[in-house]
Parts: sequence; C-alpha cells; structure tokens
Amino acid sequence: MWKWLHPYAKAEKSYALSGKLMPWFLVIAVPTFFVGIIWGLAFAPADYQQGDSFRIIYIHVPAAMMAMGAYSTMAIAAFIGLVWQIRLAEMTVAATAPIGAVYTFIALFTGAAWGKPMWGAWWVWDARLTSELILLFVYLGIIALYNAFSDKILAGRAASILTLVGVINLPIIHFSVVWWNTLHQGATITKFDQPSMATEMLIPLLIMIVSFASFLGFMILYRFRNEILQRESHRPWVIALVKQSLKNNKRG
Amino acid sequence: MFDAFGQIVRKDLLGAFRQQSDILNPIWFFVIVVTLFPLGIGTDPALLARIAPGIIWVAALLAALLSFERLFKDDYIDGSLEQMMLAPHSLTWLVCAKVFTHWLLTGLPILLVSPLLAIFLSLEENTFWALFLTLLIGTPILSLLGAIGVALTIGLRKGGVLLSLIMLPLSIPILIFSTMAIDAASFGQPYLGLLALLGAMLVGAITLAPFAIAASLRVSVS
Repeated sequence: MWKWLHPYAKAEKSYALSGKLMPWFLVIAVPTFFVGIIWGLAFAPADYQQGDSFRIIYIHVPAAMMAMGAYSTMAIAAFIGLVWQIRLAEMTVAATAPIGAVYTFIALFTGAAWGKPMWGAWWVWDARLTSELILLFVYLGIIALYNAFSDKILAGRAASILTLVGVINLPIIHFSVVWWNTLHQGATITKFDQPSMATEMLIPLLIMIVSFASFLGFMILYRFRNEILQRESHRPWVIALVKQSLKNNKRG
Repeated sequence: MFDAFGQIVRKDLLGAFRQQSDILNPIWFFVIVVTLFPLGIGTDPALLARIAPGIIWVAALLAALLSFERLFKDDYIDGSLEQMMLAPHSLTWLVCAKVFTHWLLTGLPILLVSPLLAIFLSLEENTFWALFLTLLIGTPILSLLGAIGVALTIGLRKGGVLLSLIMLPLSIPILIFSTMAIDAASFGQPYLGLLALLGAMLVGAITLAPFAIAASLRVSVS
C-alpha cells in the first residue's frame, strides 16, 4: 500500500491525480444539487408543525455537516503532515480552511433565518449555535495565522498545529455548551435507531448531503491545485505546464 | 533534568523581579477592568453579584492575554530560546518550566487580588470560594493554551492581535465551566462536579500542551 501511495507525496503526481478526480466530484455534485433542491423545496411534504419554513433544512443541515467534515479533513491532513512531514498534507489544511469557514457561515446564516420564524429571534445563545460560531472563530484564526507567515512552508506547519489543538478543543466546546443550555433540536439523522424524519423528507436531505460533500471535495481539490501551483511556481514542471496552457490558449 | 527546570524558573523569576512593572501591569489592568463594570452598569449589589463571575473571568482572560507577550519574547530576542532548543534536555520539559513561571507571575497574583474583587462586586463567601477555586484550576490552563498561541506567533512582527484571535476561542470552555461553577455556588448548589471537569481539562492540558508548544516553537524559530 505504501509503495502505491508514496509517489503522491510528490507535488507533480498529486497535481495530476487531483486534476483527474476533480471533474468526477463536480459530476456528482451538480445533478444531485438540482435534484435535491427541487425535490426538497417543491415536492417534499410540508412539516406538520413548522410548515414550509422547515425546508431551509435542505441547506442548513448539509452545510453544518460539511463545516464539521471540512474540519475533520483538515485535522487528518494536519496530523499526516506533522507526523510524516508531508508538505502536501499541510497544503491541504491551508486549502480547506476557507471553504470550511464559508460552510460554517452558511450554516450559521441559514440557522439564523430559520430561527427567526421558529424561535422568534435571529440569534439565541444556544449550544449548537454557539459551538458553530466558535468553530467559525477557530477557522478564522487558522486562516489568519496561515496568512501571517510569509514563508508558506512554516505557515502550513503552524496552521496544522493550530488545527490539531482546535480538534481537541472542539468536542470540549461542543459538550460545554450542550451542558450550558440548549434550544436547538436534537440530531435527526445520525441517531442509531430509526431517523425521526419522514422518508419523503429524508431522501432529498440525503441527496443534498451527498451534493454538498462532493462539492466540498471539488473545492478542496481546486484550491489544493492552486496552492501547489503557487508554491511550486519556480519548478520546471509548473513552468512547462504554464507554457503548454498558453500555447493551447493561442490555438483555441 | 529537575536542575534545568529549576534554573529556568529561577532565571525567569529573577528577571521578573528586576523589572517589576512587567508583573504588576497586567494585575493593575485586571483590577481596573473589573472596576469599570460597576461604573458602567450601575452599582446595584444584587446585579453586581449576579454578573461578577463573568466579569472577573473575562477580565482574567484579557489580563492573561496582555501578559503572554513576555512569555517567550525576551528569550526569542536575546537568543536564549535557541539555546534552550539546543540544550541536552527535551524542549517539551523546558517549556513546562517557562509556563510554570509564567503562571507564578500572572495567575498567582490574580488569585491573590481576587478577595479584593469579591468585596468590590459584593460576592458572598461561598461564591467567593467557588471563584477562587475556578481561578486556581483555570488560570494554569490559560497559561498553557496561551503559550501555544505565543509559540505560534512569536516569529511574526504583528503577533499581538493574532494571538488573541487564536487564543480566545480556545479558552471559551474554561470560561463557560468556571462561570457555571460560580453561578451554581451563588445559588447554593453543589459545584464540585464542574470543578472536577475543569480539573480534567487541566490534566489534559498539562499532558498535551507542552508538546504542542515545543512543536510550535520549532516552527517559529527556524
């Protein structure tokens, strides 16, 4: 397995592989997005308590899940980068952080828009909301730290360390605010017994989750490739690549 | 090994006593921030007693933030930090000595002035002891967490704001648990469980943070 994996520690190989994988993520993300959003917004039955305003769940829940998912991706990449000294993993951390921050912001924003009709307030200091807000702060801290270093290799290392420190802290934050007070409804899908949601509502939600996840994958690869190009811009293979694409542009 | 630990503690304490304003300024800051609240919000004793835990803890956080500048900065500038890295002892261990001294110079004085603040904010005795215990357990965690932030930002020219951006979100759990414990005490409820949780966080921080600090220092000083 290691023999197969090793070449991808080289920027050039990984650039090529991510270029091959990238379109597939988009191929999954775009159709599932349209199917999921139309099904969810137009055809899924209205909730008996919340009426039509529950439909924001089709954006809120996937965004919140991917906000966490992006952080887990970063944490795993940070661990790999620090333990096995693989610089590309550190680049992944840097590439993922802004996307995670945006997903977190979307989750917060849709949550606020959902909270207004349901709870009568844009914002309440509830456990889920607070921990999501802190997650956003942690993301912004990582991004700020990464940008503060002019040497991007050191920046990647520092951001990785901060990501790992944050990963220890996030569950603590989560549970501390859960014990603190709560208004947000409990988990609906990830319970071990039967999901507490009607199947007709659940299926479009699952489709949306798949769509958001593959879009996350696409964006990470996209930014990862840019990161490689920026950092390796002095390498011959990047120069050759740029020349090639310039030639193609002239022809086309 | 313990010799090296003692040497670093002694050196830092000596340095601090020769520059006493460095120790005193964050404490003054702490006291002044706390006095601002009664002046800003109103002097009703019941109201003050209600919001006291939050005020004191937020002020302690800010004071800690101010004091972190000193933790590694001088050593970084005069090169003794590099010597620490070259020393035959593990950097993780030496870093523990630095953080311990930092707590002696900032956390302990905050504990010592806390009775004064209890009078200012008309806290009852039971509540005061809860406050004292949370500060006793919580301030070392703040020192450890802050040291990670300092170690990450020390090589940067404008590290100050960045340090607060990194450190404040991470210290939120301590704030929440401490104020919960003090609140519970003020309602006459048992708060030992919350203290135990804080203690668990302290043990976790003592175990893991020195490694993170040492790794960050190696990133920053290279």
